Formats: sequence, C-alpha cells, structure tokens
Amino acid sequence: MVAITVSIVSFMMIRLSGDPAVALAGENATSQEIELIREQYGFDRPILIQYLDWAARAIQGDFGESPYFNQPVTQIIGDRIGVTMKLGVMALLFAVVFSIPVGVLASIRPNTWIDRTALGISVMGQAMPSFWFGLIMIIVLGVWLRLLPISGTDSLANFVMPTIALGYYGIPAFMRLTRSGMLEVLSSDHIRTARAKGLRWGRVLFKHALRNAIIPVVALAAVQLGFLLGGSIVIESVFALHGIGYLAWESIGRSDLPVVQAIVLLLSMIFVGLTLVSDIINAFLDPRIRVK
Amino acid sequence: MNPVIEVKNLFVDLPLPAGMLHAVRNVSFHVSRGETVSLVGESGCGKSMTALAIMNLLPMNAIRTADVLSFEGRDFLQTSESEMADIRGNKMAMIFQEPMTSLDPCYTIGNQLEEALNQHRRVSKQEASDRAVFLLEKVGITAAASRLKQYPHQLSGGLRQRVMIAMGLMCGPSLIIADEPTTALDVTIQAQILSLLKSLQTEFEMGLILITHDLGVVARVADRLAVMYCGEVVETGTTEEVFGNPIHPYTRGLMACIPVPGKTKPGEKLGSISGIVPTPIGELTGCTFRNRCPNSTAECVYSENPLNEISPGRAYRCLLSPEACAAGWSQS
Amino acid sequence: MSTPVVSIQALDAGLGETVIFPSPGKIIRMRMRRHKGFIVGSIAVLLTFLIAILAPIVAPHDPYEQNLENRLKPAIWQEKGTWNHPLGTDNLGRDYLSRLVYGCRISLIIGFSIMMIALVLGTIMGMLAGYYGGKVDMVVSFLITVRLALPAVLVALAVVALIGGSMTVVIVVLGFLIWARIAVVMRASTQRIRSNDYVAAAQAAGCSTLRILLTEILPNLADNLVVVATLEIGRAILLEAALSFLGMGVMPPTPSWGLMISEGKEFMFFYPHLIAIPGIALFVLVLGMNLLGDGIRDVTTPEGRS
Repeated sequence: MVAITVSIVSFMMIRLSGDPAVALAGENATSQEIELIREQYGFDRPILIQYLDWAARAIQGDFGESPYFNQPVTQIIGDRIGVTMKLGVMALLFAVVFSIPVGVLASIRPNTWIDRTALGISVMGQAMPSFWFGLIMIIVLGVWLRLLPISGTDSLANFVMPTIALGYYGIPAFMRLTRSGMLEVLSSDHIRTARAKGLRWGRVLFKHALRNAIIPVVALAAVQLGFLLGGSIVIESVFALHGIGYLAWESIGRSDLPVVQAIVLLLSMIFVGLTLVSDIINAFLDPRIRVK
Repeated sequence: MNPVIEVKNLFVDLPLPAGMLHAVRNVSFHVSRGETVSLVGESGCGKSMTALAIMNLLPMNAIRTADVLSFEGRDFLQTSESEMADIRGNKMAMIFQEPMTSLDPCYTIGNQLEEALNQHRRVSKQEASDRAVFLLEKVGITAAASRLKQYPHQLSGGLRQRVMIAMGLMCGPSLIIADEPTTALDVTIQAQILSLLKSLQTEFEMGLILITHDLGVVARVADRLAVMYCGEVVETGTTEEVFGNPIHPYTRGLMACIPVPGKTKPGEKLGSISGIVPTPIGELTGCTFRNRCPNSTAECVYSENPLNEISPGRAYRCLLSPEACAAGWSQS
Repeated sequence: MSTPVVSIQALDAGLGETVIFPSPGKIIRMRMRRHKGFIVGSIAVLLTFLIAILAPIVAPHDPYEQNLENRLKPAIWQEKGTWNHPLGTDNLGRDYLSRLVYGCRISLIIGFSIMMIALVLGTIMGMLAGYYGGKVDMVVSFLITVRLALPAVLVALAVVALIGGSMTVVIVVLGFLIWARIAVVMRASTQRIRSNDYVAAAQAAGCSTLRILLTEILPNLADNLVVVATLEIGRAILLEAALSFLGMGVMPPTPSWGLMISEGKEFMFFYPHLIAIPGIALFVLVLGMNLLGDGIRDVTTPEGRS
C-alpha cells in the first residue's frame, strides 16, 4: 500500500510541478519542438494514463529509457547502486561502532566527564551541516595532511571521508538510545538478580544489560540505513562518488525524469523494506514479541 | 551456637540533596542454621537496605559501617568485591519481591538457572541441567525438563517465584535472604510459597532471613523477629514472646491493626497509628517514634534511646519500663 | 520521590504534614539559571536574532554590491587584509562579513517559516490522529509512513528544480516535508493526554470536540511542542543550507549561508575561510537552537532526562 502511494506521490509531484516537455526541450526550444517532445514522450495524455502506463511497466522492472543516456534506466541505476550501498552500509557501521561503546560507557558512569563528553559529541554532531563537514575534511585530511584521497572510488581509502561525513549525523541518535536504554536496564530488577547470583560486572553488562538494551538500537539501525541512503545525495555530490545519489542530482539538473522517478521509487521501496526488516529483527531479539 | 551470620550495629547512610539519609541505624541480629529470623516493618523502614547491606549490593554512593558483619566466620567488612561476588549466589542467596521482573526476559529459564551454578562450580552441561531439573521439581514445578526451554514471560508470577527460589538453591547456600517473597503474589499462592520455603530450609539446613511487612507471614514462619521502624530495631524476641506480649508502642499498634477472627467484632474499628513516619534525614536525636507515641515526653526528644534487653534476645527500645510502655497504649 | 520528605524536627515543631516547596515558576527559573546548555543556547540564538534584526547597522557594506576589481580580497588575518573588509570579499567582490550578517536573516526567516508550516500541519495531523484514533489514526499514520519513506532531500530537489528556486518555494516545499516527525510526536502526546480524566470530564460536560482540542489538549501539548519546534528549526535550517549548496534552494545573489559555501567551493583550497566561516555560522546557530530545545525540555521535565 505504502509503495503504491509513494509511487503516486512522487510521480505526481514531479509531473505536476512543471511542464516536463519544456524542461526536456531546454530553454531555447521553439514551441514546435516542445510539441514534438510532448507527443513523443506521451506527455499530452491525461496524467492518470501516464501514471498507469509507467506503473505497469515499472512492476515488470521496466523503468523506461533515460533520454540523456539513451539506455534503459534499470541498467543505469544498476551500474551505480553498488557505490551507494557500500557507502550507506559503511556509514551505518561507523555510526554504530562508534556510538554503542560510548553510549554504554556513558550509561555506566552517568553525569561524569565521560557522560558529558558523549552528550557533547552528540549535540555537536546534530548541528553540523554534513556537506560542510565533508568539505572541511577534504581540506584538512586530503590537502593539508594528505592522508586520504579526495575523489574517485578506486580503493577503500576513498570511502573513509564520505563514510564519516555521512555517518556522523546518525551518531547522536544511536548514542542517546544506547545510553538511555542501558540506564533503564541497569536499574531493572533482573540486573539486581544477576548481581545477587554472584555474576561479575563484565558478564552482567554484556550478557544481561546490553542484550536487553540493544533491541531498540538494532531496530533503529535498520531504519537509519534507509535515511542514510536517502541522504547520500549530498555526500556523493561533495565527494564526486558515482552512486545513485549523484546520479539523481545530475538527472534532476538534466530533467531526466525517468531516472529521477525510478530512483525515488527505489529508495522508498528500500526504506519500506528496511522497516519490515526492523520489525523482524525486533521479534527475533525479543522473545516476548515472538508469537509461538 | 554458631551463627551463620552476625550483624552488630549496622549503619547505612545515603547522601541525598536534602541531607544525609540514615536508612539503617544501629541494627543488630544474628541467624543460625535452620533458623528463620524475620525483619518486620512498613515500607521505607530500612529492612531491604539491611539485606542489601549484607550482600553489599547497595547503591554506589551509600556508606556502610558496622561493628561486626560476619558470615560463617568471614569478616564482610574486609571482603573485596570479587570475593563477595564469589559468595553471592553461592553460599548466600537472595530472593526478591517482584517475580515478574526479576528474570531476564531474553534468556530461557534453563539458561539462567544453569548460569547460577556455572558461575561458581566447574560442572558439565549435563550436570548443570540435571541440577536445574532437580531443584525445579523440589520447588514443585511439574514437567521440569521442558520448563528449562521456556522464557520467563511464559510463566505465571507464582511459577516465576518458584524459579527464583530454585535459582537461589543451585549452589546449596547456607543462608537465604528473602525480601518480601510473597507480597506480589496472590493470597492463595502466598501460603504455598511460604511453606515451600520452610520445608526447603529444614531439608537443606539453611538460615533464612525473611523480610516482610505482613505480620501474618511472620507468625506462620519465623522463629525470631526484629521489628524495625525508621531505620532502627525497636523490638526483638521470639515469635511467641513478641506476639504474646508486645511492648513497644509501634509493635502494639501493628498488632492492633490486624483483625483477629473470633475476637474482633464485626463493625468494630481496626486499630491505626496516628501520625506519619518521619524521614530519617539529617541530625537525629532521641526517639524517632515520639510524634506518634501516646507516652512521649520532653525527655524523648534528646535523650539517648538504646535497646533495653530484658532477657537474652528479648529487647525493646524505649526509656520507660515495659509496664509503663504498654500502659499508655489504648486502642482507638 | 513519591513520599514527601518530612524531617522529625519538622514534626516536632507541629508542622505535621505541611511540606514547604518553592512554587513551580520559581523552580523553573532556578533550574534555568543552573542549566549551562540552556544558557549557552539562549545566548547563541539571541545573538543571531539581534544580528539579523540589526543587520543594516552591523554590516559594513551592502551584501549585494559587487565590485569586480575587488575580488577575493584576503581576510583580516591574512597578509594584506584590511579592516574595510574584515572577512575579505568573495569572487564577485562582495563584502563577506556583510553577506554573513545578512545570511542570519535568511536562515532565521526560512527556518522559522518552515517550522511554522510544519508545526501547524504536524500538530493538526498529530492531534487528530491521537484524539480520534481508529480510522483517522490509520490514515494519518499511513500518510506519515509514506512521507518518511520518501527521500526528502531528493524530492525537494526535484520539485525545486522544476518550479524554480526561491525563498518561498524552498519554504513551502520543506515545510510540507518536515511535518511528519512533528506529527509523530504530537500524536503520541495527544494519546497520552487524551487518556487523562479531565478530558473525559470535558466530554461528559458536553464540550464540543473543537473546544476540547483547543482548551484541554493543546495547552498540554505546549511544552512538548516548544521542544520539538526548536529541534526542527535546526533541521530545517540545515536542510535549506543543503538545498542551496546543491544549487536547488535559494537563488543567487541572496546571501544564504549554504549558497555562500557552494560559491566558495571553487576557491576553497586557497581561501578556506570562504567555506569555513558560513559553515561555522550554521553550526553555531543550529547548535544554539538544539541546546535551547534540550534545555527547555530539561528545565520543564527533568525526570525525562535519563
């Protein structure tokens, strides 16, 4: 259901917010040329027909051809989606690997300097514009210190800065969730029971506390991946990475509508799929939710 | 007499923003094998804190001091945290009040039971699960073997509490501390759990510290009791002595609150103690019961008020003689 | 603490059960003074406000005035910097400091406008969903999910590209995209408030639904609303900056900070301050907003802070 609505919404928004024929034809086109394009692409048909036509073909995997590339859209996207996926997953891993230990530490020593530093990082992370952070990293790490390459996708090192630039924005959410989850669990009765059994702190923390506190975090991670993929457009532009975000930006600039529509639909589908994955993970990790 | 645990003049202080909270003051008692000692009192009187103090599971900023705090001859005041962890769940076990939340929801019953044993003994998986099954049957749980694979949320409160008891017994402790073990359970289940605890105690020759606010429970199960009020012990004695002849006004007040079948006439008002419990915070002098006691005088405000021992184990905390103490008390 | 703390001295003095607490207003003011985040946040936001309002006085030059002979003049800390242009000039000879100052206006106006639209939309949707439940809730939740599934930046870019960029377009488009998170929070709060007895009392007294929504529920949403609003302003400002940076936001020559970063990108290796400074300005403003929002939340409901 969501999928259909998303596709309708994106289709409508894009088609209705301007005359695609004009956009395609370019600024200097004559009205004759515009009419020609309109006929050729079927823009003169009622909008509902246009949508149904597109949707019918989309279900079969045919997203049409890109007027710019003169290739099937599916192929164009397929070439580039790997980069975006790689970036998204790496950014997620970065955010998670950073925030969970820090969140746990902050929860064991609440209101100490560790806790305050963690919260400080989290608050600052939410305030920095990601594209700016990316640019600053390029200058400092790429040019002044010459530690990392600043564009291209040849090696893993190319991905370090984009990963950090994309991922840091997710750190505050994960860190806060881990911290508050841990604080809640640590004051719960079953932790007291564990200690009364004679378990050492290390075991109590990892086996009992973290296991309980991590459930919402993992669920969030799945959804967060969706957001990261959507937000990749900015980072890919800054670092000139040829993923679908960059492709989307270029296509928007070129009024390459089939590509744009397909990418919007694809990203939304991935998001919906990830929310499903998140629910499944929740059920898997929390025995109380599983239905026997 | 070789007590399993001996406590003398235990103090627990908690620094709060409003001042220093003296949660436990001057508490002394001892428990031997096969004996049940009950700490009785209302919520907030310090009895749970006492139990946590023995186990050293107090909040991080709590301050614990005592003249004597020894367990099986071992001085707990000098014991390190890792040595304490070795003793907890092993020689000394604690059962808590809320069975619904005392077990980890993410692991099976069997996992948590075996964990208690594996922490302290080198046993094989089979031995651990055999012991778990053995104890589950001992606490009256049927189909014990299949229960091992179940999760806590699949069991009722009564069953969970039995599992908690079984968990406490995994390593064969010499002392069990039960903190309000039946308060959160149905009345019908309460009786079962209590008699279970009693029979297990006899069978395994353990000491039992039973913490409760329910005098009915005390009468049924305890050998000796200590009545606590506002962090202090106000009366001690055997169950027969205290129930037969309560001295301290607070104890008398508590007894008067219980309707006695046969004696209390229908429509008759139940006893109550007027006034509210003060918070033991800041500088404390004199008797903390003074604002609710019908016998209180100006002396009660500042004089030192130690425990009066009238015979070994039988004591009460008041400046007056036993007769004078009991006299002024009337049922409202 | 559910039981009041009454010392025995108080009981001696016959104060009985009266426990003296300071009034709620006083408590909040006390907490405000102690909460560092709140203070820092308020100062940052206030400062930005002042600069925005007093822009014509604070800025030394006209931000739109180009002087092609004066291009890329160095800033005061580089050699040959002058006090005439403390932050140097950009690639079209415009005074950077003045553009930075006027940028305050742009960010604040856009941020607030977006937030207003999103707030109105989000609160109405959230309240309706939370109050009525059932089918209304299903529809609204469905709409929220659809909105969250859409990659916001992408859609905003596409729409702006097709309509044409300007402040109004950006405000409207982003406003209609951001409402979803606000709706989620308002829905949850409304559900909580709705289950209170005083709402049932109002219903029993025969109050119309509109009246209940306005007089019983809305005031109780107020403090949650304020917190969410400040946080969303920050996001709105960053989103606008991103759009302008990518060229699909505010159009030149308007001095949007995001646009300034994009314009400075070409020269960033030689004149890093061209991109560093507007970014720092964005950072300070959004940080201030977030600290303010967190501060308000901590000050009004400290139990909420784990």
